[in-house]
Amino acid sequence: MNFLKAMGAGALMLSVSSAALAEVESSDPIKLTLHDWTGQLLTTTIMGKVLEEAGYNVEYVQADYIAQFAGLKTGDLHVAMEIWETTGREAMDEAIGTGNVVNLGPTGMNAIEEWWYPAYMKDVCPGLPDWQALNDCAQEFATAETAPFGRYLGGPVTWGGFDEERVESLGLDFEVVHAGTDAALFAELESAYQRQAPIVLWLYSPHWAPEKYEGEYVAFPPYEAACYDDPSWGVNPDMAYDCGKPTGNIWKVAYKGVPEKWPGAAKAIEAFTIDNAAMGDMVGQVDLEGKELDAVAQAWLDANKDVWSGWIGQ
Amino acid sequence: MMQADTDPQALKQTGPRRSVGDLLRSGWVFWGGLFVVTWALSTYAFDIYKLLDARWIVRFPAAWQPDFEGAISGFMDWLLEDASLFGIQFREMTRAVAAMIEAPYDVVIGVLVEGLVIGQGRDAVQLLPPLSWVAVVVSVVALGHYTKSWALATLTGACFIYLAIFGQWESAMVTLSSVLIAVPLAAGGGLLLGIGAYRVRWIDLAMRPILDLMQTVPVFAYLVPILFMFGFGPVSALVATVIYAMPPMIRVTIVALRGVPEELAELGRMVGCTPRQQMWKVLVPSAKPTIMVGVNQVIMLSLNMVIIASMIGAGGLGYDVLTALRRLDIGGGIEAGIAIVVLAIALDRLSQEYATRTVTRIAAQSQGGFLRRHRWSLSILAVIALTYLGGIIWPWIQSYPASAEISTSAFWTRAMEYINVTYFDTLDAIKTVILQWFMLPVRKFFTGIPWAWGLIAVTLIGLRVGGWRLGLLVFCLAGLIILAGLWTPAMMTVYLCGVSVAIASTIGIPLGIFAAGNPTSNRVVGAFIDTLQTLPSFVYLIPVVMLFRVGDFSAMIAIVAYALAPAVRYAAHGIRNIDPQIVEAGIVSGCTQGQLMRRIKLPMIVPELLLGLNQTIMLALSMLVITALVGTRDLGQDVYIALTKADTGQGIVVGLAVAFIAIIADRILAASAHRMRRRLGMEQ
Repeated sequence: MNFLKAMGAGALMLSVSSAALAEVESSDPIKLTLHDWTGQLLTTTIMGKVLEEAGYNVEYVQADYIAQFAGLKTGDLHVAMEIWETTGREAMDEAIGTGNVVNLGPTGMNAIEEWWYPAYMKDVCPGLPDWQALNDCAQEFATAETAPFGRYLGGPVTWGGFDEERVESLGLDFEVVHAGTDAALFAELESAYQRQAPIVLWLYSPHWAPEKYEGEYVAFPPYEAACYDDPSWGVNPDMAYDCGKPTGNIWKVAYKGVPEKWPGAAKAIEAFTIDNAAMGDMVGQVDLEGKELDAVAQAWLDANKDVWSGWIGQ
Repeated sequence: MMQADTDPQALKQTGPRRSVGDLLRSGWVFWGGLFVVTWALSTYAFDIYKLLDARWIVRFPAAWQPDFEGAISGFMDWLLEDASLFGIQFREMTRAVAAMIEAPYDVVIGVLVEGLVIGQGRDAVQLLPPLSWVAVVVSVVALGHYTKSWALATLTGACFIYLAIFGQWESAMVTLSSVLIAVPLAAGGGLLLGIGAYRVRWIDLAMRPILDLMQTVPVFAYLVPILFMFGFGPVSALVATVIYAMPPMIRVTIVALRGVPEELAELGRMVGCTPRQQMWKVLVPSAKPTIMVGVNQVIMLSLNMVIIASMIGAGGLGYDVLTALRRLDIGGGIEAGIAIVVLAIALDRLSQEYATRTVTRIAAQSQGGFLRRHRWSLSILAVIALTYLGGIIWPWIQSYPASAEISTSAFWTRAMEYINVTYFDTLDAIKTVILQWFMLPVRKFFTGIPWAWGLIAVTLIGLRVGGWRLGLLVFCLAGLIILAGLWTPAMMTVYLCGVSVAIASTIGIPLGIFAAGNPTSNRVVGAFIDTLQTLPSFVYLIPVVMLFRVGDFSAMIAIVAYALAPAVRYAAHGIRNIDPQIVEAGIVSGCTQGQLMRRIKLPMIVPELLLGLNQTIMLALSMLVITALVGTRDLGQDVYIALTKADTGQGIVVGLAVAFIAIIADRILAASAHRMRRRLGMEQ
């Protein structure tokens, strides 16, 4: 706890009793985690502002996406607003399995992760977005290091995604190169887009990149659970992963003590929903138009008072 | 007595008769033979494995690997969840330490960033604003003048004004706050540990390997346990910074205390000092100039940690660099990165000048009445009070107006786009040539070496350059890497570092020789490499990726840029320290400039170059984890993966493997430099 704030809080107790503080179960700050992508910062800031409107105190803590579960399990951290089905499922299941972390439901946003190409590639490779066209134009995507194979720029190894397996089972003439961070991923996209050079890479929404650059996701055979589990499913009878990536919910999770200590806040967090379009728009305002993140979040609050006042039961 | 120590081999080689044994010991046969055998095995190991159907030749069998990672993870779990001392849980103890660090940090943050705030959330009332930017700038100007001169005052003032004009003020103050907490902790702790090692022999012996590990294990490797122990937030970042920045302080303290002239120590004993007085009134004050060099190192290393610290919640400039680059705002990244450099320059100059203040200046400052002695402190207090009052009426005094901030962001983005569109193909062609004719063959060579022969080869090298002790050490360390199942990524690491170090030396040594030529070139080159070292590598990593794509080549460029400095410095230092008489002798015997360089200067600075090479390797290894961010496939990537998965065991095991490579390289090079010095007669 902040030393000065603590002293201040003590002084406050002695003098005045605020009306707002009396309403909520506890005035201890609820710690929300911040990660490193704008969408998550927006979701968290909006949630934080709504909780503050309800009279709760909020503290934002910078924490790594996966490493934060250690803090959520012990109660060092309280709420994580975006756990993506596609990348965070294992860590989330493990944490919930310990009984110390609870799932507060979906955010209403739908996570899409897939191979993506800029629109100008359609001139070179007219068969796109169908995945079978990728092999016809593998040469176009090749670089000196990967030739004769095409070069597919995958996400960081830790994102998983089974791209090596997908290339193998769908018989794609591509080599998977992993970027170490999403910053490197988008640096390459920006560079290629400026030169109108061939590129196919891992993108995800909601994110500013699909807003900024014109392009499409590759259409793989749609994902089904059987595709990943059952080798006989799909075009390749002997191997699994012969389909696209799953899309999925983005979940909110919290330390188990949150619903016990701040039941009202837990309800508000559970009620929080927003859709891809609204989020994509806000992400674009921050990352492309350079607006202040806090101002964009506040603008959403001002425009949607009836929505969020329902969450906090006012 | 001294003569007996000279290299017996050097004597033998000068003798008339040469036996087969001597031939084997001769350098060419040993190194040539080692290379040929290694090359042959590296090339044909795969065929041998197919021929004999013995897969263990190329892959260390998983069944032989002890579960180091599981054991360490298990131990950490036990430590954090069950361990207790006198009924107090271990975690409660670390949390108490965290609270002790957090309290002063909050005070500094309150003074510089948040002000005195009462209440929480929307009930918060700001009683006092933080120090205004005017007050802070005046304070550092005053500090600059107090320490040295108006010139220094202008420099530090200009540095801080940069922070205000480019809109970095608040972040810079957050970073400054963490530096203000981390530096005293690291410097004070380092001083105490150094004194302990100086006075007690077993502390010294126990500390040496720990210091080696602290300096070589990548920070990412121990971030996860630190997060568990100290919680999420700035405190963990501070602890990591202290661990990272402390080792040079300890080393410098030990060297400084040992360097105090015996006469002074004797004097202390004669006037009847107690051991405590002897230490604090005699030894430490006389060693102070050297000790301050250590403090300077601590400041630099703390600022080096800014980016990594921001990944675990330190905020500040490091966070700005990261977020700017994540949205490809290269200009924003550069501005925040330069703000770190600028902060480093101001703090570095201040601390260095403070360390070298002359006695007359100190004496002059302690003369006169109260007002005269404290004129600076008093005027700072006056400015703080005035700006506080003024800030109420004119807000621009309190915080620098956003409308007057400058941003070069758009310029950088356009410049980058121009370079990208215009020169990409040329750069790509150069890259392809270097990759195909240099990097890829080297990679094939190193990654092809079968583990068993690799172990034999490094042991032989150890035996040859440093005797059986070094041989044994190298054998054990390399053996542990193999046992942990990390041979292949370790070889990828050796390849990437080796290639980068070779290129850094090729660029750095001529640059160093050039810098040693005259004072102007020295200043220019010095400023250039200092900037390269303090500018967070992430700032140039993203533009590099835009031009060279994700892969080893981008990683290599980042490593070279960072590891260039020691190659330059040691080369320059070596040239400057050559005995002028030897050069004179060369000129007298009619050497041309070229001959002078090739025949006299270069051979004389070889030991110096080896030390530089050693430092270059250390820096290259410490960059590995950063280059993992652009997608390498070596130990650095494994450490990074361990961090993002919060896997304590894996992080520590892989981190130790990196440290072992560093220690092997360090010991072998130090032993070679030592041998060579003796041969040149520079050292007995």
